[in-house]
Amino acid sequence: MNGEGVLTGEFFMMGDVACAEGAISAGCRFFAGYPITPATEIAERMAERMPQIAGTYVQMEDELASMITVLGASWGGVKAMTATSGPGFSLMMENLGWGIMTETPCVLVNVQRGGPSTGLPTLVGQGDMMQARWGSHGPYEIIALAPSSPQELFDLTIRAFNLSEKYRTPVLVMTDAEVGHMTEKVVIPPPEEIETFPRRKPTVPPHEYLPYKADDDLVPPMANAGDGYRFHITGLTHDERGYPVIDAETQDRLITRLVEKIRKNKDDIIQLEENGLEDAEVVLCSYGISARTALWPVELARREGIKVGTLRLITVWPFPEERIRQLAGRVRAFVVPEINYGQIALEVERCASGQAEVTLVGHAGGDIHEPERVLEAIRRAVR
Amino acid sequence: MKYWRKPLDIEYLKIPRGRIHILKERCKGCSFCVEYCPCDVLEISEEFNAKGYHPPCVKDEEACVNCGLCEMLCPEFAIYLDEEEEVPVP
Amino acid sequence: MSSKQTVNPKLETQNSKPDRHPMDELLREDRLPHIWCSGCGIGVALTCFIKALQKCGLDLDKVVVVSGIGCTGRVAGYVNLDSFHTTHGRAIPFATGLKLANPELKVVVFSGDGDLIAIGGNHLIHAARRNVNMTVICVNNFNYGMTGGQVGPTTPPGAITSTSPYGCFEHPFNLPYLAAASGAVYVARWTTLHVRRLEKSILEALHKRGFSFVEIISPCPTLYGRWNKQRTGLAQMQYYHDQGVIRHGLDPKEADIGLHGEIIEGVFVHIEKPTFLDFCSDALAKSVG
Repeated sequence: MNGEGVLTGEFFMMGDVACAEGAISAGCRFFAGYPITPATEIAERMAERMPQIAGTYVQMEDELASMITVLGASWGGVKAMTATSGPGFSLMMENLGWGIMTETPCVLVNVQRGGPSTGLPTLVGQGDMMQARWGSHGPYEIIALAPSSPQELFDLTIRAFNLSEKYRTPVLVMTDAEVGHMTEKVVIPPPEEIETFPRRKPTVPPHEYLPYKADDDLVPPMANAGDGYRFHITGLTHDERGYPVIDAETQDRLITRLVEKIRKNKDDIIQLEENGLEDAEVVLCSYGISARTALWPVELARREGIKVGTLRLITVWPFPEERIRQLAGRVRAFVVPEINYGQIALEVERCASGQAEVTLVGHAGGDIHEPERVLEAIRRAVR
Repeated sequence: MKYWRKPLDIEYLKIPRGRIHILKERCKGCSFCVEYCPCDVLEISEEFNAKGYHPPCVKDEEACVNCGLCEMLCPEFAIYLDEEEEVPVP
Repeated sequence: MSSKQTVNPKLETQNSKPDRHPMDELLREDRLPHIWCSGCGIGVALTCFIKALQKCGLDLDKVVVVSGIGCTGRVAGYVNLDSFHTTHGRAIPFATGLKLANPELKVVVFSGDGDLIAIGGNHLIHAARRNVNMTVICVNNFNYGMTGGQVGPTTPPGAITSTSPYGCFEHPFNLPYLAAASGAVYVARWTTLHVRRLEKSILEALHKRGFSFVEIISPCPTLYGRWNKQRTGLAQMQYYHDQGVIRHGLDPKEADIGLHGEIIEGVFVHIEKPTFLDFCSDALAKSVG
């Protein structure tokens, strides 16, 4: 460790550690967290690295405090992150909502484990995907990314920071215990090859500044506390001045903008990895570790002559509705393996609108899918 | 004022005087200013403001010594003082 | 020396010209009059705070006010400073994040007893333990005002509230004791009647390095006061006058408040201790070099 931000080089690195390094490479200089298996290694790495790069690590008394402390640090002008797993994710929901409502950039990593409740602390799960979308109360849009390898966890954490600054919203990195705890080759590029998105600051003098007057892309420029802009920020429904206004008209204006901010920019936000879809009859649609473990059954199915393609959701939220609809028009079925009892599968089904069959290969949690189960589901899809 | 003996520096002593400004539309009629004025300068007026409260009015302006208690105690930022020229001790 | 010849002074002061209050520069005048009830003491607490700010000599662009949810929490919306109205109980960790991200900021948490002590209690004791450099002003009106006067962790035993219709049967927290035991370096309690001392105390707290805690006992005539035989703000102020007693340096353990009982005020703790950031930089200097 030589105290530099970006640890350029090739490493044999655990997913969690790669996540922390990705954050640091993206410019993160603040981490507030709470220990929870399987995300603790992110906190430990941050505790070690933050002081080396003049950043701050603080271990808060609980996950609620961690989330809101991260929001405070973001308003203090620093890129900030927290990491947790299922039980902590539930605790962070209210403050995540505040972050969305006040348009505070930050990153929240959820290394999913078996649930519900205390569940399986050391074993994999993917049961928080719908919670990632709707966990906080009220209508809103969220961005959630799902890496499938430690390298991708490194890359997507950087992307999460960039998206959070670009769209002034908290961004979720929904990984899982398998990816988080697996050790693999991770290549960290030199700093000049890493794209970071700087915070968009106001261009007008303080007396003309309206904290929530958006630019054309529906994102308002953000002043930091202490910059002299003397703004007021509240979680109450507010107008462009940031002052609370409690009526339906203001709510409509504000929430429409917050939602459209993400929806309008879907093309920039959504990333998919496609393979063999040109002539596919079955689409294996998945994300995270389940997308990776499905590669072998897909290969086996292809060897049996089944025309199966893969659609890997690198961005899970906002959901790639158009792509699913397009595919549903010409394929027979989707097979969706995930380590839960049907969450993203429901979205696929919704968007397929009955034009293609959607088969869930569910799993209660605690292990990755057995290849035979996924293969059988693909076979049944073409019968 | 009656003295037992006139203080030697009486010509140099000055009593501060204050001019009271009342922002009537902000007042909510709590009466803190009237109650805690040490010189009994204020009283509740008969008039109403737009919200239906009775703001205070000045009863005896000459008595105000610019102590600032009304300004500090008002919860509504509805009353403040300006310093007037000091008067000699009578 | 004769007084100036002016227009009849009585007429002039009663003339409702749109005056500018000297504190308006630190207030969002377009939002006044504020939402607090007639006789509520939060406005008085805010007045003392602004007076202290005007005298403190700090760069006001760097002063940030953070509040939670509740009547007192609305203070953030009325000050003309960078201000944040955060989630219920979480003003203190938000303030911690701000301060650690930008140590140049002067962070003031201004919130109520329900917000800071009940839902926020855990954060209060940990921030005090860490000695994060911030000033916490806790307005204590003995109930949850905004939601209609429910019982809270500072409600005196026997008091009637909307959720203790037979009288509160819990012991309240003694806030100075709680703050002192958690490690706060400056702990004081005043009422909204003792404005000059309150202003001075806030000024001391603003200049204090470390976690400072100022409790302000305040009237809630609409709810707590109305149900407990103190139906107006004035009646509660009279109670503070009759029962308020100043004992600087008292062991905060002795400062319990019973129903209509004695209110012991003063500065109870005023010590020096390294702050969280002091520890950070010391430890790092040793380990990283």
